[in-house]
Amino acid sequence: MKRMFKFLLPCLLCLSFVCSGSVFAADTIVIKGSTTVLPVAQASAEMYMKSHPGVNISISGGGSGNGIKALIDGTADIGNASRFIKGKEVKLAGEKGVYPVPHRVAMDAIIPIVHNDNPVKNLTIEQLSLIYQGKIKNWKEVGGNDLKIVVVSRDTSSGTYEVWEKLVLHKAKVSPRAQLQASNGAVVQVISKNKYAIGYIGLGYLNKSVKRVDVNGVEASMANALSGKYPVSRPLFMFTEGWPKGIVSDYINFVLSKDGQAIVKKEGYVPLY
Amino acid sequence: MSRRVKEIIIKNIFLLVALVSIIVLALIIIFLFSEGIPIFNAVSIKDFLFGTEWYPTYDPPEFGIGALIVGSFIVTILSSLLAVPLGVLSAIYIAEIAPPLIKEIFKPVIELLAGLPSVVLGFFGMAVLAPWMQETFDLPTGLNIVNASLLLALMAVPTISSISEDALYSVSQEFKEASYALGATRFETIARVIVPAALSGISTAVILGMARAIGETMVVLMVAGGAAAIPESIFDSVRPMPASIAAEMGEAPFRSNHYHALFATGIVLFFLTLAFNLIADYVSHKFKEVGSATL
Repeated sequence: MKRMFKFLLPCLLCLSFVCSGSVFAADTIVIKGSTTVLPVAQASAEMYMKSHPGVNISISGGGSGNGIKALIDGTADIGNASRFIKGKEVKLAGEKGVYPVPHRVAMDAIIPIVHNDNPVKNLTIEQLSLIYQGKIKNWKEVGGNDLKIVVVSRDTSSGTYEVWEKLVLHKAKVSPRAQLQASNGAVVQVISKNKYAIGYIGLGYLNKSVKRVDVNGVEASMANALSGKYPVSRPLFMFTEGWPKGIVSDYINFVLSKDGQAIVKKEGYVPLY
Repeated sequence: MSRRVKEIIIKNIFLLVALVSIIVLALIIIFLFSEGIPIFNAVSIKDFLFGTEWYPTYDPPEFGIGALIVGSFIVTILSSLLAVPLGVLSAIYIAEIAPPLIKEIFKPVIELLAGLPSVVLGFFGMAVLAPWMQETFDLPTGLNIVNASLLLALMAVPTISSISEDALYSVSQEFKEASYALGATRFETIARVIVPAALSGISTAVILGMARAIGETMVVLMVAGGAAAIPESIFDSVRPMPASIAAEMGEAPFRSNHYHALFATGIVLFFLTLAFNLIADYVSHKFKEVGSATL
């Protein structure tokens, strides 16, 4: 009986939301969009709901495009995006009388990492791209030891991969011989044990077990990522319909507050201050 | 309520319970197909199965799972080569040779191996086996076919061993007695009488063990390395089908071509395990020993 109740409860809840949408609307925030921003939205929403009982925040992923689309369609209050809004989307929004406002909530910086014993300190974007395409095959070609390069990449649908593909590979294909790991943590684990390997991770996942490599001579530090000097970084956005009001505004302010930015840092991104 | 009515009610309750699993299975299959088939609007079945370019998120995307199928087969075959002798021989030892005390210890330990969560095995392979293998054989990577096959073999051994063991037990006592009566030694009895009599059960065990290996996800995701290319040596990385599905499904946009392609990969996997089960069924009937010695 209890199990049945557990099963029925969500159904009933959904029903009640549908029936009384207008009643609940004042206290509900719907967030959709980028899976890169998702962890930040999730953790900050949990904390926000704890301190604001009565506010309900529902969050789903689906990618930046879906987030902005949901905002334009009015099915979300906040659309998360790991990129800026595109011209096409602005036009579509204009046609529907929607005015999306971007709020930069964090920076995302992806850094190349190697084994601690690897002498290579700096790689250019060009070299990284060729390594990932499988065209540079030995560390000695880029100033390292005479060792084969083992390329570690991420699953093609992860946000981290997306940044790497766009900012380093410029849409060239990753070699099919590249290894695949399913998370930032797994990449660190693999690289820390393999002196042949190179991988890439979000800046927040860096620890002492691996060595970061500078890109184009710029150190991948929080400061350089924030200033935009470090080339493999991008801002993360939450879009709202018009200038946010009420609890949506309150929530965005929370994300931008000290507590909110602490969450950003904890989730592996670069906080804004 | 009369006894007869009660009987009918109870009978139907049992029928309903039994139906649940069949209905669920049917629903899963329907879902699998309805979500997987649409990919064939974007790519032909031939290109999907035999194409070796797997770039689902590029523009234009390419959906060829040839390299993934090869990856699945190669780790399955290699792990069977390791697991079959281990599983069958240990079953023979436990069923025929071991003294009762040792049997009492071995049997539960091997069964415990089956209960070991695969993520634990995978982590062991990643953190212990891979660095050791890389160091010892001076390889570029320890996350390779051999590593994955070793762990898969470890997972298949309990399946193979316990089913083979049941098959060996069910060989009737009369056969053994007859063999000994003819002056055969213990080894001759095992090799010429007991094992042949239990062959159908042993074959079933082997095939089910292989099915276990081909469907296993976590281990291959963690230790096979995940390179979506046809391997050139057994120390190369591969990406078996389940690993690809597990790694990519979480973030493939709902009902996109990538999503459908992953479901279609699931269909291929489904057909493969189905084939393994049908073969197992066929073998267990075909080579059934006549007499009382059957599984």
